[in-house]
Amino acid sequence: MPLEIIEKIEVKRLQIINERGEADPELIPSVSDEEITRCFEAMILARVFNQRALSLQREGRIGTYASILGQEASQVGSARAFSDDDWLFPSFRESGVLVAKGYPMWMLYRYWAGDERGMKCPEGLNIFPMSVPVGTHVPHAMGAAWAMKLKGHRKAAGVYFGDGGSSKGDFHEGLNFAGVFKAPVVFLCQNNQWAISVPRSSQTAAKTIAQKASAHGFEGIQVDGNDVAAVYKATKDALEKAKNNGGPTLIECFTYRLDDHTTSDDAARYRSKDEVEAWKAKEPLLRLRLYLEKIGKWTKGYEESVTKKAEESVDAEIKKAEAFPPPDPADLIRYTYAELTLRQKKEMKESGWGS
Amino acid sequence: MGKLNIVGAINSALFEEMGRDSDVIIIGEDVGRDGGVFRVTEGLLERFGPDRVIDTPLSELGIIGAAVGLAAYGMKPVAEIQFMGFLYAGLEQIFSHAARIRSRSRGRFSVPMVIRTPYGIGIKPPELHSESSEALFCHMPGIKVVVPSTPYNAKGLLKSAIRDPDTVLFMEPSRLYRSIKADVPDGDYVVPLGRASILQEGKDLTVVSWGTMLHKAAEAAEGFDAEIIDLMTLKPFDEEAILTSVKKTGRLVIVHEAPRIAGFGAEVAALVAEEAIEYLKAPILRVAGFEAVVPMARLEDFYMPSLERIKKAYERVMRY
Repeated sequence: MPLEIIEKIEVKRLQIINERGEADPELIPSVSDEEITRCFEAMILARVFNQRALSLQREGRIGTYASILGQEASQVGSARAFSDDDWLFPSFRESGVLVAKGYPMWMLYRYWAGDERGMKCPEGLNIFPMSVPVGTHVPHAMGAAWAMKLKGHRKAAGVYFGDGGSSKGDFHEGLNFAGVFKAPVVFLCQNNQWAISVPRSSQTAAKTIAQKASAHGFEGIQVDGNDVAAVYKATKDALEKAKNNGGPTLIECFTYRLDDHTTSDDAARYRSKDEVEAWKAKEPLLRLRLYLEKIGKWTKGYEESVTKKAEESVDAEIKKAEAFPPPDPADLIRYTYAELTLRQKKEMKESGWGS
Repeated sequence: MGKLNIVGAINSALFEEMGRDSDVIIIGEDVGRDGGVFRVTEGLLERFGPDRVIDTPLSELGIIGAAVGLAAYGMKPVAEIQFMGFLYAGLEQIFSHAARIRSRSRGRFSVPMVIRTPYGIGIKPPELHSESSEALFCHMPGIKVVVPSTPYNAKGLLKSAIRDPDTVLFMEPSRLYRSIKADVPDGDYVVPLGRASILQEGKDLTVVSWGTMLHKAAEAAEGFDAEIIDLMTLKPFDEEAILTSVKKTGRLVIVHEAPRIAGFGAEVAALVAEEAIEYLKAPILRVAGFEAVVPMARLEDFYMPSLERIKKAYERVMRY
């Protein structure tokens, strides 16, 4: 018997606005000018938040921080596609997602300054504490999405992880469950090309991360992660599908981490300046300016006023963060269980904490 | 009231809790059509349907990781892991996520799930089917650990575990699954977590044990005026019951099948040393597993604390 082809996979790539700011005429109508403008403004805010975080770290006012520079389109475009009823499961490099969702920035600064209260998600938003172990939160999003489906709620979950995270068993087990149970979940891989010092090419022998969805029985797509319109549309489409019982989608946002891994890292040790410069030319705000200018929505003055507003708001949030009273030491015990155990009560009493 | 073994008692608890609360679901490998490898979930699929009794892929990490999300969203998943040795694939999900979410989110999110798993030696299975790793879980903050020993407390404790707002590891003694039959009330009752039960009152010697070993410890106590405490919940454990008893008897022997080194018996011994040393007439002794890998069938009987070893410990403390 001759060999028979029993399965073929195709991996699609989506780009709507190219690096020169030119939009695909057939695709661009699917994302409104107003949405793109809002994305632009949120990306500026995310960038200002990020720059200030880096400065605060250098001044010793917050601890180690993971920069999102260069990934603003991947983060803001996807985050804005979710509704506030949806549940999000970010990793530690998702300031852009959180800022775009309206998570209080002062709380994020508190968190990065070492205060867990910053991860107490406010009511009205459903954002899990950012996952620090890489990729291990992928099954949580699957589980939440599964619960939504079992309860008949028309919602979805989204989970953010990187190219490094796609090497974890948790990633595959989460995707496999999602495929089997057709859970309404969107897997958002932020492929920023580097897992600290290990390049994407050493992370997997596969050509794309998107194609890993195929092995789990659902669609994966690669999008130009520096094109906010493409990221937004791909996420919206995936959510539409998820909420109509079409199951999960893996979206690989092909982007680039322009900064060091964290403030404790020196990327010059493992990657070339030329590579970074080449990606700087493709960074997401450049093309968006060009595009918005073409459609008459951008002027220098407009961007200056957006930036000024962002800076004022970030500065006010930093003030609020730094004026916030220090945590009660009893907090470190208080939230372990729903109720304190007798042993914990004794420990609190011995330490002179709590009332 | 009917006579049930532990399998039947747990099955009955699941049956009643699923009837009581539509958010309670069962997930795991072979829990549906097959009724579980020990038949603990038998009949539940037929009664509650495939949306509530769910066969999952063969993926322990996936089961526990998905249960974290299910529970955080508002379901009450009861996840079955076929044998305790296979739970290790999901440890990071338990230790780094389930146990911490409440604390990390300062109370905004929580993971009220139950992980049921058979544990322990005594059924001569293949390798890694006989683990007794309760101490690992007792050590990690944020998890509760429960070990039933009778049909009555198995049902009542599991009901409490399912209603508990935190993650509970429910370790089922596989050796006892079908070996004890006892009266179990049909209707709703709970055995609260965190409280020990006095199996037998006595004046000379306090014996603390749980699960399979409780029965050996009790059998070995024949001829001694021993007070036997069935701990039932290892975390949080009933410190008061132990201290009250030791203050009365002045002697303490702890019996468990897990390795002695850093086993949970060490915690019980340390508690008594810290809080009641002036009452002690004899050294605290532990009769426990060796610092060795749990053996297969041929050496199983040599590993398990024997009646002789336990008796020797009782005799030794009685010499003081």
